[in-house]
Amino acid sequence: MALSDFYRTTVGKKVVMALSGAILVGFVFAHMAGNLKFFSGINPATGSYKFDEYGCFLRQFGSEIFGYSGFLWLARIVLLLALVAHAISGISLARLNRLAKPVVSQGARYSSANAASRSMIYGGLFLLLFIIYHILHLTTGTLHFRGFVEGSVYANVYNGFLSFPVAFFYIFSMICLALHLYHGAWSMFQTVGLTSSLWDSRLKLYARIFAYVIFLGFCSLPIGVWVGAVAKPNADVKVVICQ
Amino acid sequence: MGTLNLDAKIPDGQLATKWGSHKSKIKLVSPANRKKYTVIVVGSGLAGAAAAATLGEMGYNVLCFCYQDSPRRAHSVAAQGGINSAKNYKNDGNTVERLFYDTIKGGDYRAREANVYRLAELSANIIDQCVAQGVPFARDYAGLLDTRSFGGVQVARTFYSAGQTGQQLLLGAYSALSRQIKAGTVKMFAAHEMLDLIVDGDGRARGIVSRDLRGGEIKSFIGDVVILCTGGYSNVYYLSTNAKGCNATAIWRAFKKGAAFANPCFTQIHPTCIPVSGDYQSKLTLMSESLRNDGRVWVPKKAGDKRPPNEIPEDERDYFLERRYPSFGNLCPRDIASRAAKERCDAGFGVGSTGFGVYLDFHDSIKKVGKDKIAERYGNLFDMYKELTDEDPYDVPMRIYPAPHYTMGGLWVDYNLMTTIPGLFAGGEANFSDHGANRLGASALMQGLADGYFILPLTIGDYLAGAKLSKLSTESSVVIDTENQVKERLNRLLSNKGKRTASDFHRELGRIVWDRCGMSRSAGGLREAIKMISDLGDRYWRDVLVGGTAFDLNQQLEIAGRVADFFELAVLMCVDALEREESCGGHFREEYQTADGEALRDDKNFSHVSVWSLNEANEQCELTKEPLKFENVSVATRSYK
Amino acid sequence: MNFKLKIWRQKLGNSQGFFSDYLISNIDPDTSFLEMLDILNEQLVIQGEDPVAFEHDCREGICGSCSMTINGRPHGPNRLTTACQLKMRSFADGAEIVIEPWRAKAFPIVKDLVTDRSAFDRIQQAGGYVSVNTGAACDANTIPVEKESADLSFYAASCIGCGACVAACPNGSAMLFTAAKVAQLSLLPQGAPERSHRAIAMVERMDQENFGGCTNHGECQAACPKDISIRFISDLNREFITAQAKKIYGKRASRRS
Repeated sequence: MALSDFYRTTVGKKVVMALSGAILVGFVFAHMAGNLKFFSGINPATGSYKFDEYGCFLRQFGSEIFGYSGFLWLARIVLLLALVAHAISGISLARLNRLAKPVVSQGARYSSANAASRSMIYGGLFLLLFIIYHILHLTTGTLHFRGFVEGSVYANVYNGFLSFPVAFFYIFSMICLALHLYHGAWSMFQTVGLTSSLWDSRLKLYARIFAYVIFLGFCSLPIGVWVGAVAKPNADVKVVICQ
Repeated sequence: MGTLNLDAKIPDGQLATKWGSHKSKIKLVSPANRKKYTVIVVGSGLAGAAAAATLGEMGYNVLCFCYQDSPRRAHSVAAQGGINSAKNYKNDGNTVERLFYDTIKGGDYRAREANVYRLAELSANIIDQCVAQGVPFARDYAGLLDTRSFGGVQVARTFYSAGQTGQQLLLGAYSALSRQIKAGTVKMFAAHEMLDLIVDGDGRARGIVSRDLRGGEIKSFIGDVVILCTGGYSNVYYLSTNAKGCNATAIWRAFKKGAAFANPCFTQIHPTCIPVSGDYQSKLTLMSESLRNDGRVWVPKKAGDKRPPNEIPEDERDYFLERRYPSFGNLCPRDIASRAAKERCDAGFGVGSTGFGVYLDFHDSIKKVGKDKIAERYGNLFDMYKELTDEDPYDVPMRIYPAPHYTMGGLWVDYNLMTTIPGLFAGGEANFSDHGANRLGASALMQGLADGYFILPLTIGDYLAGAKLSKLSTESSVVIDTENQVKERLNRLLSNKGKRTASDFHRELGRIVWDRCGMSRSAGGLREAIKMISDLGDRYWRDVLVGGTAFDLNQQLEIAGRVADFFELAVLMCVDALEREESCGGHFREEYQTADGEALRDDKNFSHVSVWSLNEANEQCELTKEPLKFENVSVATRSYK
Repeated sequence: MNFKLKIWRQKLGNSQGFFSDYLISNIDPDTSFLEMLDILNEQLVIQGEDPVAFEHDCREGICGSCSMTINGRPHGPNRLTTACQLKMRSFADGAEIVIEPWRAKAFPIVKDLVTDRSAFDRIQQAGGYVSVNTGAACDANTIPVEKESADLSFYAASCIGCGACVAACPNGSAMLFTAAKVAQLSLLPQGAPERSHRAIAMVERMDQENFGGCTNHGECQAACPKDISIRFISDLNREFITAQAKKIYGKRASRRS
């Protein structure tokens, strides 16, 4: 089969990584942008947290076609597939690459490779753990332990980040994510052949700016909680009824 | 006088129709029968790779050998400037006839008319072939091929790829070869060095004994025909522009087995190389001759002037090439430019720390066309010069000095490129055929490819179709004997418990040959050299220390075998130079010059190819003369004034 | 100048290698790196020791024979310079210099600093050519080639096949080498008819030869003595994807007819 021939090559694996990576990059950006709603306070018209309403919006989105939270689940399935493809091809590529370089030169000095490009596999594996924790923490609430209430997104996040180890773990994970993107967001263009000398350097710069933006955007939540930039969840605020 | 019965087999008829009619009369091997023949090609440079690939395409069973670890590294890769062709894309009057005439004249009327004409004729096909292979030649904005002019001619007929033309052409031939290796018609033996030729009971060349340079194994390969495309012997001088591994072993072993050697003293000293800087130096680096298109060669007018070049005012500079040769100026042929530089340096006007150097100055061109244009033309050469000398040629003039570069002499071949041993062919620099006493710039690539792509594949068919070959296997006694001789020689080198390395001897040999059989020669010096080389050669076998074993990668052993052959060849070079009592092309005898120091040719007595062969007892070198007849050009004094 | 050399010695490919220390003195600053090794080797021969085996030939940076990692960098510290062009003035007097062979699974060590790079030849054989027989060519100016493409093709073709890209790559990948060859031919109309087959065949061969995959570190480009750019890798990726897409679509199309 031509498709499996394609995947069997190192270039094929890389292309799978790049395409699945592109989906994940898009998701990460949307997730980060949505997270900034955390700072938008209470909607005076409804008296609910805008952040909670945003959560509801995600579940209702496309319900005319897909039914309630149908689109969300569809997105989750696509993301899960992308993640699995990204991880499997990444791990198998890393294994091949390690086999191809059994001995490293003494004092090998790198002039172009950097911490980001060298740590892709480690950062990637760590992010996999993080994602599992993150889902159990703020999506299902299994590992929340600070009064998780389904639908009270604002309160769940705020209370979650009140724990210093949790906030620290999140920030550390975002460092890994940013590092991963610092290389990956440019690398995926190179892998599918969309770079050229003309805007290669500019593309690299945009990818790096993107990594910083993602990092700052995500970290603004735990930091915001700790510096008191956002208000403590108020029990009087109306709960969003979402269906 | 020698006893060789030389027949150059030049076809009858008009010069312009000789090759055409020869091709149509030549015997052919039918496509179905070709795979029954095994062709052994030694060397994978332009001539070797082109021949192996083409013979493979035709369906022959080809075995190709090279001493490098990959055929792509043969020294043709280092040719810089370009390749000549008779294509008249510039509409400047470039024709087959003119290329033929320039080559004959450039060679100082010491080459065969028929061979040179064929070369000029085929030169157009070469460019077509290379372009079709994907060789990226320089192009103009219309997308058409660009050309430039080169030393010794007044038309722009040189096709080029920046300063890496040899590399691009070789990679083209290498890609064709790779395709045949994949197809299974060519079997490649990289890192294998030919150490002897196998000649069967009927006196036909039938195979080679080679050493696997990686594992040390000595092995014989039997075939129906052997082609040597093993390059020249400039490394006899130790310091030359050749690669370190370039050697004369293949052609010298063939000579010892009965192949005649033609014009060994015709060596070319290239005018534009980076000067020698110290004893440690292992090779000389060429700066492409194309630099003379835009650079002006000069020395100070005052002997021993030690001022930095940029502080010497214009009127105190001697642009000696422009002064002596006003019509060709800096573009005069290599032998003339080299000798003029040597004359100035010998007279005490040389520059640099050793005094053996002249300036090649680009200031005027940079002023005229701009630094960018010069960088586009020669950027890589300027960078290389800077890396090697720590001086920036955009600001400070380059320092250059002549260096051994090419050998016009080589195995004698007839029109079919067959040597005096039936079944042994020679192509490229390994033969003597086309350049007479001096080769024009950008003609070596042309000759190598003409031999490899277009001539050998046809003439080999002619030989095979007419040859009745006896059975020969690797068990036959001639094969075993040859193999044993090779092993004995290696053992002799290895078991020697001397005190000096082979390279050390080689350096000493090189100095003797360079001083006495280099840019200028004299009877006294040559006689002295013959004695010195013979003595040193004797000492070599007593005092050389190699070390290691034969059953392993042993680079010292490789060097030792090559140097041993250089000793013998060097003697023949000097003997030939001594015998040729005239000055022509690269061969300059001090006794034979005009009042103003120009070469004085003697057409009455030396209009011949000097063909050397071993006598019956394999002891004495004998000279046979192949007279040169000029029916289509009038022989004249070569003047570039 | 004086130097302390730390050189990788390995008798045979499968034997155990180790670093040996050598002191070398009175080296002229203008001596090239390989000439310095020549001097060392001549001393070793005289002392009855086994000289250091290393590949070299043209000594002017074009044949691609020389192949050694010097102080952790293929071809040494200077950019755009092969080991043979490197001069000893590039090092500080008295410096320790570590010399190693290329390190990659696809380049097994033969002896000391000599590795077997025939994998490159096999990649070339897989498709690095235009299938034109001698004599079958049309006039060279029949097909004009845009100057930019021709120049770019030449730039790609200036690769010397030394293998520094593989040695420098943390993954031991040969993508730069393969990409340069593919780019050279697909940028020219002469190479276009076979471009799909070429890209697929050469990439597959490269993988079979145990080279690693490209993860865009860019080390190859930094180590390349001929300044070959990783933009050619991007081009190869695109070429490969297009070729595969054509192959998949082509199969469907032929089934339909």
